[in-house]
Amino acid sequence: MADQPTAAERFIQGILPENPVYRQLLGMCPILAVTNSLMSALTMAGAVIFVLVCANVMTSLIRNLLKPHLRIVIFTLTIATFVTVADRFLAAYMYQMSKTLGPYIPLIIVNCIIICRCEVVASRQSVGVAAADAVGQGVGFGLALASLAVVREILGSGMLLGFRVLPEVWPDWAIMVLPPGAFLTFGLLLGCVNWFTARKNAKQNG
Amino acid sequence: MTMEATINTKKGGLQENYLVQAWLVLFLAVAFGAILAGVQMYLGPVIEQNKLNETLERVPALVLGEEKLQEMTAAGQHLEVIPRTIAVKKAGREKFYNVYEARLQGTPKGWVVKTKGAGYADTIELLFGLSPDLNTITGIFVLDQKETPGLGNKIVTDEWRGQFVNVPVDPPLSVVKTGASRPGEIDAVSGATISSVSVTDMINTSIGDLRQPLAEPPVQTEKGEDTNG
Repeated sequence: MADQPTAAERFIQGILPENPVYRQLLGMCPILAVTNSLMSALTMAGAVIFVLVCANVMTSLIRNLLKPHLRIVIFTLTIATFVTVADRFLAAYMYQMSKTLGPYIPLIIVNCIIICRCEVVASRQSVGVAAADAVGQGVGFGLALASLAVVREILGSGMLLGFRVLPEVWPDWAIMVLPPGAFLTFGLLLGCVNWFTARKNAKQNG
Repeated sequence: MTMEATINTKKGGLQENYLVQAWLVLFLAVAFGAILAGVQMYLGPVIEQNKLNETLERVPALVLGEEKLQEMTAAGQHLEVIPRTIAVKKAGREKFYNVYEARLQGTPKGWVVKTKGAGYADTIELLFGLSPDLNTITGIFVLDQKETPGLGNKIVTDEWRGQFVNVPVDPPLSVVKTGASRPGEIDAVSGATISSVSVTDMINTSIGDLRQPLAEPPVQTEKGEDTNG
């Protein structure tokens, strides 16, 4: 177990070196669906962080009781429980937002980021490491969602969180808030991240 | 040697039992179920209240239409909304409907009926408006749905809901895939015929159930949201 990353390493890895969106390309469904406004992206990120932390801590607590062939059932059961809690909470206290996000909150159950962290980290390492990993991955996911949402909301409506950012003459690019805008923005941002990484590596090597 | 072997087989026998192996799954299922029941007990009333508030907010626009509502608000008039619970006996079972009667200074302006039924993914909760004479549907609004994003969830769009504005109750609504031309025909959402049909079926059934009771003078006026819409 000596070569397992520590809590701090896990936390840092989640934010950029192993960013769930830009590096692992996981959880594409919410990325494309809820990033047409920053507010819904942040709410989604909040829900995912909550579920990720709870599921990781819970799984880590019972990791010594897990049987290999039954572990996926237990992961799914744990995740589904916390997703339902998050869904009900949003419906009770952020009713309009919960209607905007619609089925994407229940769909966190099948978000592969969470089951991946349960499998890779929480079922093998201590509670502290699992929690740090969950926060790191969750923040990384949130930053990625926010980066897409900022680009799409500004170009698509000229506004950000209800404030006008671009001058009135800006012809709102409606396509940016529609599904194709998600693919275009994500492709371009992913290209940028890869380009910067390649350039950094080239500098280090040469 | 022999004894050890026997014990091992016995132990193996018990350990290979599926239920014994799955004790943690079973235990967690019960524990998580209890947690969720607690959450629902605590948050359920808040969620119901949110839905009730939204319903009451939607009643005027559903009965009058957006344009008339704006004219009325500009004139400083407000609709009075009276919630009623109507029990309908059907096939030996009682079904409860939450109905909202809209009045303007005592004159009936229309009805809004809350109904729910199975959609493609989950229960669809729906409001629809009826004219005071119960002959025309004045509009619909989707309170809750979890239909497929991009397909079934288009039932909430203004374009699709617009088809239900000022539609006669007779003949009953029917869903068509090839472009609505006759009265009572509703265009299906492409790729989501099941969602479309379940919405129109819900409306048809509720109208069939409620036409008689609503035409009669009110016998009971109950407030509250504690019934299954």
